[in-house]
Amino acid sequence: MSRPIVIKNANLYGDTVASLLIENGVITKVADTIETPDDAVVVEADGLVVLPGLVDLHTHLREPGREDAETIETGSRAAARGGWTAVHAMANTNPVADTAGVVEQVYSRGQEIGLIDVYPVGAVTIGLKGEHLSEMGAMASSKARVRLFSDDGVCVYDPVIMRRALEYVKTFDGAVVQHAQDLRLTEGAQMHEGEVSAELGLAGWPAVAEESIVARDALLAEHVGSRVHVQHLSTAGSVEIIRWAKERGIKVTAEATPHHLLLTDESARTYDPLFKVNPPLRTQADVDALRTAVADGTIDIIATDHAPHASEDKDCEWAAASFGMLGLETALGVIQKVLVDTGAATWRDVARLMSEAPARIGQVDHLHGRPIAEGEPANLTLVDPKAAWTVTPEALASRASNTPYGGIELPGRAVATFLRGVPTHLDAQLEGAFA
Amino acid sequence: MRHLLTTKDLSKTDALRILDTATQMAATQEREVRKLPTLRGKTVVNLFFEDSTRTRISFEAAAKRLSADVINFSAKGSSVSKGESLKDTALTLQAMGADAVVVRHWASGAAYQLAHGGWLHGSVLNAGDGTHQHPTQSLLDAFTIRKHLAPGGDLEGVTVAIVGDVLHSRVARSNVYLLTTLGAKVVLVAPPTLVPVGIEPWPCDVVHTLDQALDTYEIDALMMLRVQRERMTGGGFFPSPNEYSRIFGLDGDRLRRLPDHAIVMHPGPMNRGLEISAEAADSPRSVIVEQVANGVAVRMAALYLLLAGEEAAQ
Amino acid sequence: MTGTIMGAADISRALTRIAHEIVERNDGAADVVLMGIPTRGLPIAHRLAARIAEIEPAFDAELATGALDITMYRDDLFKNPTRAIGTTSVPDTGIDDAVVVLVDDVFHTGRTIRAALDAIRDLGRPRAVQLAALVDRGHRELPIRADFVGKNIPTSRSERVDVRLEEIDGEDAVILRKGE
Ligand SMILES: [Zn+2]
Repeated sequence: MSRPIVIKNANLYGDTVASLLIENGVITKVADTIETPDDAVVVEADGLVVLPGLVDLHTHLREPGREDAETIETGSRAAARGGWTAVHAMANTNPVADTAGVVEQVYSRGQEIGLIDVYPVGAVTIGLKGEHLSEMGAMASSKARVRLFSDDGVCVYDPVIMRRALEYVKTFDGAVVQHAQDLRLTEGAQMHEGEVSAELGLAGWPAVAEESIVARDALLAEHVGSRVHVQHLSTAGSVEIIRWAKERGIKVTAEATPHHLLLTDESARTYDPLFKVNPPLRTQADVDALRTAVADGTIDIIATDHAPHASEDKDCEWAAASFGMLGLETALGVIQKVLVDTGAATWRDVARLMSEAPARIGQVDHLHGRPIAEGEPANLTLVDPKAAWTVTPEALASRASNTPYGGIELPGRAVATFLRGVPTHLDAQLEGAFA
Repeated sequence: MRHLLTTKDLSKTDALRILDTATQMAATQEREVRKLPTLRGKTVVNLFFEDSTRTRISFEAAAKRLSADVINFSAKGSSVSKGESLKDTALTLQAMGADAVVVRHWASGAAYQLAHGGWLHGSVLNAGDGTHQHPTQSLLDAFTIRKHLAPGGDLEGVTVAIVGDVLHSRVARSNVYLLTTLGAKVVLVAPPTLVPVGIEPWPCDVVHTLDQALDTYEIDALMMLRVQRERMTGGGFFPSPNEYSRIFGLDGDRLRRLPDHAIVMHPGPMNRGLEISAEAADSPRSVIVEQVANGVAVRMAALYLLLAGEEAAQ
Repeated sequence: MTGTIMGAADISRALTRIAHEIVERNDGAADVVLMGIPTRGLPIAHRLAARIAEIEPAFDAELATGALDITMYRDDLFKNPTRAIGTTSVPDTGIDDAVVVLVDDVFHTGRTIRAALDAIRDLGRPRAVQLAALVDRGHRELPIRADFVGKNIPTSRSERVDVRLEEIDGEDAVILRKGE
């Protein structure tokens, strides 16, 4: 039996001041004042925003296969420190998560570590090769209870395979999660195709390579009446297509990453591969369109696309470097900077964008993304919106350090994370209370 | 000057300074004893990640004629096989005490990374990085144009047409910025498939046939770029060599449409019969062979300006 | 003793004397080539050539005068800001077997002349090399001496000698200034 926890005078969703009592992993009381039980841990939460524990729909944990870049353990710690209580682990591991065996292994390892719930995403096709559907049914009915399927890292390019996958996942009410990238239009592509790529002599990655697949998949989803989730939307055109598809009643959801909401292709001028990511950083006009789409609900969620890479895969020529950047520990700070502090969204919106909606899309909303209310599991994130910090790549919990935010100041951060009432991350100032 | 990475951030003063210095260097190369003691004790490393015997020999001659010690470092690896990392190579060169690193690389930006990675103390001289920049090539082009059309001055009033694969050309990128900085007007002539998307901010005009360029502009210098035959296969940037020659090739007829004073240039190596006919290549207007000699003088100037001067100031 | 050490008349007299000495020393001026070291050695070389031509009408002042830029031969290139490289011009007849008279404004440590001798070696093989300077201020750092000197001016190391010439500065004067 763990000690009860009283979180005093917290700001629920950033708009309601109340205190919480947590007992045995459950929120047992929400009230203006709570009588503190004798053995309780008291967290003085004045000025702290309480959100439902964050849920990432797009994380690369690299285990099995690239434990030199990240492990489920280091990734879990990074997630907890970033305020996450659940992440969906992408399938592009080695071996690929295309069988019940691999997804169960990943799921169990996550539970064993216990810092977050790790929900494996299954591969759509065997080996991510885009040729044969993987045994999605077996993964769905496995202990890992997989509901999302993605070949992320590569696009499910063949329209016939995509159609079949969309149809097939209806068997277990799953969704296909698409990395929208026309492979032919992006052969050798290095960065967004535009004025900066023209000048830098880096092969261009046209916006249309994403938009054409987003449009195709929306139409396919409509045609077969299935659910598609589009990952990391990066262009203004993709936003237009999603908006159109939703108006049309197509069951499509979409995500944006913190980096696509903050950074632009101008970063490539440094030729620093830390800014090399798939899809590429786009123009300011795209960033603005994405922010608007997040604010008006066209984009459903924020997802990190946390992609750790070993230093040798980033300390090299731009063209030779791997795509991807860390995101778990910096996401909340970046989102506060670009959405909350700019007035584009409230903390209540952040709760929806980073917890409730992703939990619903990932079909883990019986456990995560729950209301902060009596009787609900105590999966909670305490945010200090005034705790500005400067990102130090080496100080991050990830095994890798490929963050594009090194040296940049973010306005706030998660100071405590609770998974079923157990603190999985405590800022130094709060550690004392639990000692 | 700390590094020479791109012509885009070269001021007119700096560019003219390099060209003036190159003029003095060229004068020394007409003497019996062409070797100068200027850079004695300095070490110049030719770091080539991409084969280019011509460029390497030009830099080697430049460094040796200034009495620098030259180390040729041929690094294996390509975009397909990564090979030794840029960082490890840089650290090795640092340990060797390289005062200047002349780098040729298949990857755009490699020279910039080498200069700004914090791995090296020496100066970095970009000898061609991917499809980005090749500053000394454009400086030698400017030097050649200036010598023939504007001795001692800038290139105000000079029109230069650059014909060919602009998309993949570091020579075109370097020349567009340098020549316009020097006051010239630049016209790019290329099929739309070989013009980069996002070219709008470049300070130049773009036309899509050589005839149109000859009709529209009074061209003083015509620069033919090398056509990579491999660009015709796999998704084809243009349908056939024949069609390319017909629309973009410089033959005798087109040569005769140029003003009398106009010069014909090519960075080499040429595909005779494809982008340039033998008649044009060997005509008296062709300064192609002279470009090679000017290359040594320009590279001597660049090395001098990078390496001479206070060590503390570096 | 600072201030103007030589005025226009002094400079003119000194150059006339040097011109005579050059002709005398070389039994005429037939093989003499004057190589002025930029910046101020060059106009002095031209003035000397003109005076020699007055003494020896057969002497072609234009043909027998050149410029010798020594920038690329300096031994202090890496201790000073980058210097622009000046023009070197050798008379069409070349310097092989000639008597090259190096001409500079101020003869000081000898390092400039050392560099000039190296530069001369790369241009040809003169029969002899001589040195003419308007001012010798002493403080030699190398075993080099001048053949023709306009005026010896004892200086302290910290003092500066400014030679001003009509062609460049609009007036003729040699000024001794206090060092910082
Ligand atoms: Zn992806």
